[in-house]
Amino acid sequence: MKSLRCLYAILAALSLHASADKLPVVASFSILGDIVQQVGGDKVSVTTLVGPDGDAHVYQPSPQDGKTLVAAKLLVVNGLGFEGWLDRLVKASRYQGIRVAAAEKIVTHKMGSDQHDHGHDKGRIDPHAWQDPARVRRYVSNITEGLASADPSNAGYYRKRADSYTEQLFELEKWAAEQVAGVTPNKRRVITSHDAFGYLGRRFGIQFLSPQGVNTEAEASARGVGMLIKQARKEGIKAIFVENVSNPKLLEQIGREAGASLGGRLYSDALSRADGPAPNYVAMMKYNISTLVAGMKQN
Amino acid sequence: MTPYEILWQPFADFAFMRHALVGCLALALGCAPIGLFLVLRRMSLMGDAMSHAILPGAAIAFIAYGLSLTAMSIGGLIAGLVVVLAAGMVTRATQLKEDANFAAFYLVSLASGVLLVSKWGSNVDLMHILFGTVLAVDATALVFLAAVATTTLVVLALFYRALVVESFDPEFLQSMGGRGAWAHFAFLILVVLNLVAGFQALGTLMAVGLMMLPAASARLWAKELPAMLCVALGIALVSGYVGLLISYHGDLPSGPSIILTAGLAYFASLALGRRGGLLWRWLGHEHLEA
Repeated sequence: MKSLRCLYAILAALSLHASADKLPVVASFSILGDIVQQVGGDKVSVTTLVGPDGDAHVYQPSPQDGKTLVAAKLLVVNGLGFEGWLDRLVKASRYQGIRVAAAEKIVTHKMGSDQHDHGHDKGRIDPHAWQDPARVRRYVSNITEGLASADPSNAGYYRKRADSYTEQLFELEKWAAEQVAGVTPNKRRVITSHDAFGYLGRRFGIQFLSPQGVNTEAEASARGVGMLIKQARKEGIKAIFVENVSNPKLLEQIGREAGASLGGRLYSDALSRADGPAPNYVAMMKYNISTLVAGMKQN
Repeated sequence: MTPYEILWQPFADFAFMRHALVGCLALALGCAPIGLFLVLRRMSLMGDAMSHAILPGAAIAFIAYGLSLTAMSIGGLIAGLVVVLAAGMVTRATQLKEDANFAAFYLVSLASGVLLVSKWGSNVDLMHILFGTVLAVDATALVFLAAVATTTLVVLALFYRALVVESFDPEFLQSMGGRGAWAHFAFLILVVLNLVAGFQALGTLMAVGLMMLPAASARLWAKELPAMLCVALGIALVSGYVGLLISYHGDLPSGPSIILTAGLAYFASLALGRRGGLLWRWLGHEHLEA
């Protein structure tokens, strides 16, 4: 019994020591969490509020999240209205640390201002900027500044890691552009379950059509679904994709009726679990692009 | 636009519209009579309570087996039946009234469901996983809806007399024992079955709407039970059809369109209904009745 208590004391001391060493950072969702980890390396311990395969649009924070947040020195969010629930959590937990909006100072687009006409949230800023690697480079620099001000003694370390990660993002962008270039321009059309790919589409010249509005909260209208089927039939779109965070039934129905087949699952707002195909941001983008390209070649 | 284009073209053009329509019709066939008996027994809020009681079962099935219609229906059915049987038995064994027991059991069921999902489910929006949209009804779901409607009508026919007597005079059958209790349980099981069918097609709350609104309206039009049944069924069927058209032409979400159409029918019945409608009261033609 006594030795057990002793063991606990040692373990507690060890874990205290470990966490005192590392900068405690909270990221709102899994994709941001990975980017923070890439920049922070082994000097940070990152906790993600909305985990893999979770939908950050509709997340309900738990008291545990408040506890995690209070213990953190830095909070990284996407911003652009993506995490609507976050302000309440920050207020409720009286978090006093530094807060960084990763998407700050990026060039934003509006939702549904793309070519299609059934987006329900026209005029709202599209928050899904991480789908464009070029914009994620800005995410990286914003996050690096946040880390540097929360932990000035390691600022040099963070900047160095940020530079090499930015290098990776350049390569990713180049690779993705080459992949998409392999598809004839008039075939670059796909149908997905929600408008999460506006930035990706603009960057690489792919047109995304979807039956719902900007987020997973909206319910589809019969007209929206009908128009999408008509368009898919007329333009011979065979590439239909479901996402890891939403109900695929409606898309299956659209696919059946438009004579298209489901081209696989895309990762839009969350990473997969560690054993899945998209455990980190770069892997996610590679997986999405390969899946999209394979699908578009069927068009 | 020609009347044909407005009233039928969407269904001619799209299979998903035809599926949705047939799904609504099948759902209406089962739900409308069930709703009417709930109204007659002053159990109108039971449907709502039971719809919540079903959720945990479906949610647990989703956690365990993923997005499988069969698993989620069976899960919902089991949760609903457990609540119905437990509440029913407690009611018969203790002093507490049935409505209090239903409230207690459904709340316990709902809370355990939320707990399980938050602890072991992913953060995917459960509303979207658990609730179908009528636009996504496929062939399997249609067969399921039709089977539930058929079962409902057959069982209601078998227990019709007992249900009618119990609706108007619960004491009478309870004093007779046996058969009345069976009819009562059979009926509660049908409520659960129809809600399970409904939540796959429309979402639980929407399914309750298609159950209760036509039934409440029907009471304002007819006096005899068969006539009330016909009116309730008629309103439910028309709401499904008109609601889908509104969703198509107005670019509005389908579930709420259907239920709001039924809601309009209810308000119209309140105003114009031959039996107790406001208009007839003002005109002084109200027949005095119990």
